[in-house]
Amino acid sequence: MNFLGKLTWSAIPFDQPIIMGASGGVVLVIMAILGWVTLKGYVPYLWREWITSVDHKRIGVMYIVLGLLMLLRGFADAIMMRTQQAVAAGGAQGYLPPEHFDQIFSAHGTIMIFFVAMPLVIGLMNFAVPLQLGIRDVAFPTLNSVSLWLTASGILLTNVSLAVGEFAKTGWVAYPPLSELQFSPGVGVDYYLWSLQISGVGTLLTGINFVTTILKTRAPGMSYMRMPVFCWTALASNLMIVAVFPILTATFAMLLLDRYLGFHFFSVDAGGNAMMYVNLFWMWGHPEVYILVLPAFGIFSEVSATFSGKPLFGYRSMVAATMAICVLSLTVWLHHFFTMGASANVNAVFGIASMIIGVPTGVKIFNWMFTMYGGRVRFSVPVLWTIGFIVTFVLGGLTGVLLAVPPVDWQVHNSAFLVAHFHHVIIPGVIFGVFAGYIYWFPKAFGFILDERWGRRAFWCWFIGFHVAFMPIYVVGLMGMTRRLQHYDVVSWQPWLVVAAAGVAVIFAGIVCQIIQLLVSIRAREELRDVTGDPWNGRTLEWSTASPPPAWNFAVLPRVAGLDAYWSAKQRSRATQGKVTQARASKPIEMPKNTPTGFVNAFFAVVTGFALIWHIWWMAALGVFGAFVTFLAFAFREQTEVEIPAQAIAQFNRAHPTEVVL
Amino acid sequence: MNVAVAVYDVKQDTFAPASEAGPAPKRVVVAFGFWVFLLSDIVMFSALFAAYAVLVRATAGGPTGVQLFNQVNVAIETACLLISSYTCGMMSLAVSTRRRADTYMFALITFVLGAAFLYIEVHEFADMIARGATPQRSAFLSAFFTVVGCHGLHVTAGLIWLAVMMAQVAIKGFRPSVDRRLLCFALFWHALDIIWIWLFTAVYLMGVHP
Repeated sequence: MNFLGKLTWSAIPFDQPIIMGASGGVVLVIMAILGWVTLKGYVPYLWREWITSVDHKRIGVMYIVLGLLMLLRGFADAIMMRTQQAVAAGGAQGYLPPEHFDQIFSAHGTIMIFFVAMPLVIGLMNFAVPLQLGIRDVAFPTLNSVSLWLTASGILLTNVSLAVGEFAKTGWVAYPPLSELQFSPGVGVDYYLWSLQISGVGTLLTGINFVTTILKTRAPGMSYMRMPVFCWTALASNLMIVAVFPILTATFAMLLLDRYLGFHFFSVDAGGNAMMYVNLFWMWGHPEVYILVLPAFGIFSEVSATFSGKPLFGYRSMVAATMAICVLSLTVWLHHFFTMGASANVNAVFGIASMIIGVPTGVKIFNWMFTMYGGRVRFSVPVLWTIGFIVTFVLGGLTGVLLAVPPVDWQVHNSAFLVAHFHHVIIPGVIFGVFAGYIYWFPKAFGFILDERWGRRAFWCWFIGFHVAFMPIYVVGLMGMTRRLQHYDVVSWQPWLVVAAAGVAVIFAGIVCQIIQLLVSIRAREELRDVTGDPWNGRTLEWSTASPPPAWNFAVLPRVAGLDAYWSAKQRSRATQGKVTQARASKPIEMPKNTPTGFVNAFFAVVTGFALIWHIWWMAALGVFGAFVTFLAFAFREQTEVEIPAQAIAQFNRAHPTEVVL
Repeated sequence: MNVAVAVYDVKQDTFAPASEAGPAPKRVVVAFGFWVFLLSDIVMFSALFAAYAVLVRATAGGPTGVQLFNQVNVAIETACLLISSYTCGMMSLAVSTRRRADTYMFALITFVLGAAFLYIEVHEFADMIARGATPQRSAFLSAFFTVVGCHGLHVTAGLIWLAVMMAQVAIKGFRPSVDRRLLCFALFWHALDIIWIWLFTAVYLMGVHP
């Protein structure tokens, strides 16, 4: 047996200029950043304050940074696919060979769902949920850090596949029998499976953490019906994570056993059943859509209430709709493969269930519109994203209702129409929501507001670019174009695909605007500074503390007496001319101690994953052992909490008098 | 009259329901979180059970459950696991009354019974493989080895955990953090029993039913 398993120099595609250029560039940028950080002497600071941090706010920020970086990677894949399809018509082959194009669309889907949408949504939940609940941290802070770094491990492994070996060529769903060893003998599927197994464990731990946090550690007085809607949607999302991520883990484990040990779960021989994989995958996959979109719905709810200056319309119906979606999302998975050959009755049941799930979503749309109706709406950037979402998402939802009709689905199954549909719901639903939340909570996280002008430009580029990019995809889908085509013979599709590529260019302009917005805002941060802690005239508790909040969030846990706790406190304070001020008792606070456990564990997870992908068994054993020792060290550590002295808290309160106004 | 001020003046503590009580004590939070983890683990097992149910007839001309399963072995395995759950309960009682020697003793009995279970299971697997009933033989056997083996891996993890916990009791003594971990271990160990009861029913009892 080889010392390095299947790994040889031939794993690095030196003959592929595009891949080598891209990965060489990435390596150079990483080296440059690492070098700059080291030369500037930031390493101890980063290690102490960020890498080992168990503070939910910092973990949230790091999740969002990861997600935004991966958005650039996933978008680069999108640019390549759109330009390839714009040119590869008739006899032309374009500039991407099939085996490269196949990796690109697989990586694009995998990255966008698992490493963009998930980290962004989880990051915003991490940042906002404990603040909204009026508490100091999540239920299990160290576990939170472990989750973050396991997600980062999965991301790292996926990106290593760019330079060392290959990524899956199976699409982001990796259906067998194509993903079985027999038909995908390379390491691509193994990269896919181990990356997602590792980051999946991180996501599951996040789910457990947040379900416990929301159900067991809310501030005094915050009963369920007093929770902000974002917390409700986070609860629903995390309940679904706990309910369905283990299915994904089990499914991938079965595929791994097939590939590594010759089992027959999904193989074409010895009684294996490939459709079982498809069923299990979508039992996870459909709820996953709602895991992503529900927190975004929560953000739209917060934004529409805050910027309309009135309470959310139909709070109770919003909660009911959220929980209804949470349950119904588990009953519609079969609509992803009506063509499986199940009976007409089975298809009908799932078709009807898929239409029913549109009802609570419709309730939400009306609630947002009625919240704005009659309100004094400030058309700030988060509101633009919200209105853009409502307009776009309703249309995307309608094509979804169309796809839920089995006979229609039979016509457009796996066509570009489907591709257009799911981008039409995920981009406005998740990405617009995340951008609204990013701008909404940015001043809370960093103490200054993002530039409005560049924010508006970014919105309009995204909004227009999205429609230019995806409406043509519906058309070519109806003209019969199937998804994932590296080249095609029907030249009449080409004009539409050229328009789609132009749309991608407009979206790219939007991303550039967002980068400029960030840079401009950082440069002008003194003018944009938020000294009040409440830049938007907010309603929920996160706005009652300083921006950025101290490590302990609240010196005294707030007492909640109703919905929109901070709003009613501000009303009270106005009614009594600010006489109702809480005594600022500066008592010492116990906070969880920072620990490198998460980071070190993730290091060993990467080692183990890489070793398993390349069949380097001794290294895999070493990695597992290292992770075990890491946890032993954590379990036996003596000091688990640090005490923040009273004078530090008093000093912070003097410097940031915002919270005292309460 | 200013309603907002009036509401604010109401004493909240007098009739606050449980959902307004504020953050729960750490012991409750940890145990609850671990319950949620156990639920997720059970979801994972249910996916494996579903796979087994789909593939149970897919023997591809190979051996079936009727030909493979040994009822006597399984009965002994079940007895080991159920008794170990009882001794684990005794250990929890010893922990709560701070009897260190009893804690070690019941932990040891629990460990030995768990190890005996594993020994029999590994033997059963080795025996089946020797008779040509390998997991590579058919989809049915793949599913069988996976779902039963996954439970076995959980038992192995439990044994390692128990050993670590005894080291913690010895080094750190009884203290809140160790108590909470022992509580979680007990939950874990009992949950493995529940899963085994399902395995016993769905795999071994229904498997020999023609």
